[in-house]
Amino acid sequence: MSTLGIALLVILGVIVLLIFMVIGIYNSLITLRNQVKNAWAQIDVQLKRRHDLIPNLIETVKGYMTHERQTFEAITKARSNAMSATTVAEKGQAEGILSGMMGRLQVAVEAYPELKANQNFLALQEELTSTENKISYSRQSYNDQVLFYNNKKQVFPSNIIAGMFNFADETFFEIQDQAEKAVPKVSFS
Amino acid sequence: MWELIKANQRRSVVLFVLMGIILIALGFVFGFVFDPKGTGGGAIIGIIIALLVWFIMSLVAVTSGSAIMLSASNAKEVTQDVHPQLFNVVDEMRIAAGMSKMPKVYIINTDAPNAFATGMSPDKAAVAVTAGLLARLNRDELQGVMAHEMSHVINRDVKFMTIAGVMLGSIVIISEIFLRSMIFGGGNRSSSKEGNGQAQAIIMIIALVFAILAPILAQLLYFSISRKREYLADASAVRLTRYPEGLASALEKISNSNIDMPMANKVTAPMYICNPLKKKGMKMADLSSTHPPISERIRILRAMAGGAGLANYQSAYSQVKGNAAKIIPGGELKLTEDIGIRMGIASEVLDNKTTARSSNDIMMKVDNYAFINCDCGMKLKVPSNYEGNEIMCPRCGTRHGV
Repeated sequence: MSTLGIALLVILGVIVLLIFMVIGIYNSLITLRNQVKNAWAQIDVQLKRRHDLIPNLIETVKGYMTHERQTFEAITKARSNAMSATTVAEKGQAEGILSGMMGRLQVAVEAYPELKANQNFLALQEELTSTENKISYSRQSYNDQVLFYNNKKQVFPSNIIAGMFNFADETFFEIQDQAEKAVPKVSFS
Repeated sequence: MWELIKANQRRSVVLFVLMGIILIALGFVFGFVFDPKGTGGGAIIGIIIALLVWFIMSLVAVTSGSAIMLSASNAKEVTQDVHPQLFNVVDEMRIAAGMSKMPKVYIINTDAPNAFATGMSPDKAAVAVTAGLLARLNRDELQGVMAHEMSHVINRDVKFMTIAGVMLGSIVIISEIFLRSMIFGGGNRSSSKEGNGQAQAIIMIIALVFAILAPILAQLLYFSISRKREYLADASAVRLTRYPEGLASALEKISNSNIDMPMANKVTAPMYICNPLKKKGMKMADLSSTHPPISERIRILRAMAGGAGLANYQSAYSQVKGNAAKIIPGGELKLTEDIGIRMGIASEVLDNKTTARSSNDIMMKVDNYAFINCDCGMKLKVPSNYEGNEIMCPRCGTRHGV
């Protein structure tokens, strides 16, 4: 075998190795992107659940909370806004407004002791609390996945492959909670 | 999270090797002393017998350990309608931990507050809580306890405890048999041969000392790692719930109760969130206890400031214990995570009467009692084996269909 033959073989070997590397990176990017989508689906399930619970809740408390008609209207409007939002960023904002209002309703409930004796309401409140928790826990795991994926996309050499096949950045899901923002910062220094 | 599981597995291997050495050495000594011919062949048979005992016990534990644990504690599998909040809380923790399958949920009908988890892998997980626990804890506290229990499954503590427990059990059984046969039968050799009586007596004494020390040594090994894993599960629980106070006040409530759990025993005790056998008044608490002192766990949880990450737990631990012992494996600490502590949910303080009543109600629900609310305000509780189509309210006389 001539030196030319050996050189050809080496080049061929390097090319095969490169192809395998590209395939490997491509596949891991796809896997990570699917995990992001899967995590998003989890959030979506919980958000939908929240939207389904709200009319029930309002129906139950309406009879007791006669002075809160404006709050109910605002919540209904915020709910339909949240349901029509499409992008991750839009949803984040709309759900944030809805979260803030639900929080205000929870506070308002404290003024109606007879409501807290209503079994139906208590069951609904438990479901709602749980759904809020599930939203925030699934959001945490979604954001973890997005971080993994975006990191992988930005580091060498996977950034080249990501650029070649047009892998887009994924957006973090940030719920802008009005109530959270309103908490004053306490400093002891 | 993965780093944590890997580090746990490394530690487990060290423990298994040490326990395995004790087991084999025990078999060796056992066979050597009872060797009829004195050629050393008996020692090998002894080792084989020891390994056989261990193998059979592991086979049973791996295939049906969960089922044995659940039935030994009288746990009953329940559906969501028995206690919706419990199911919600477990589901929340499942989401937070990224588990794909919902664990099975069991309730134990006793007023003693406690809980445990079983399952060699997250897919086969099951959690069990007592009715007394459900009645006493508020939502945040229940969440803390469930997070702690599910962390045991995710960190593979259950798997480890099962395997180590079986090894410990084998060692205890073999030394027990050995000691008993020494007392009742004596060695074969002492009567059949004469002359080297002194050498034999020395061998006998060494064997005796070894048979007494081996189980103690194995237990100390087992317990020391069991305690470390309790801290780890606390740290993981806080990371999942992002609310250290929930677990802290749950532990406080559990430790304030002094009701014994008749269904727990020495073998199943390490699986519970708090030692169910605490009433025995053990003095050697530091060495022979499967759980770290509760007051210390609470103090560490309450010292967590600034975040709910694993690193925050580690610094709280060092601060409370005053030493730099590592609870969280180093690899996990390097990951900088910024997990804030969330706000708690306001809840009412329950008095003893309400607690006792709701604990009773939960037990009845688990036993499939039917609950009928009468218009007069009376709540009728009908057992599932009630025969007849209707029942009369004892207060107002209204008849209700069953």
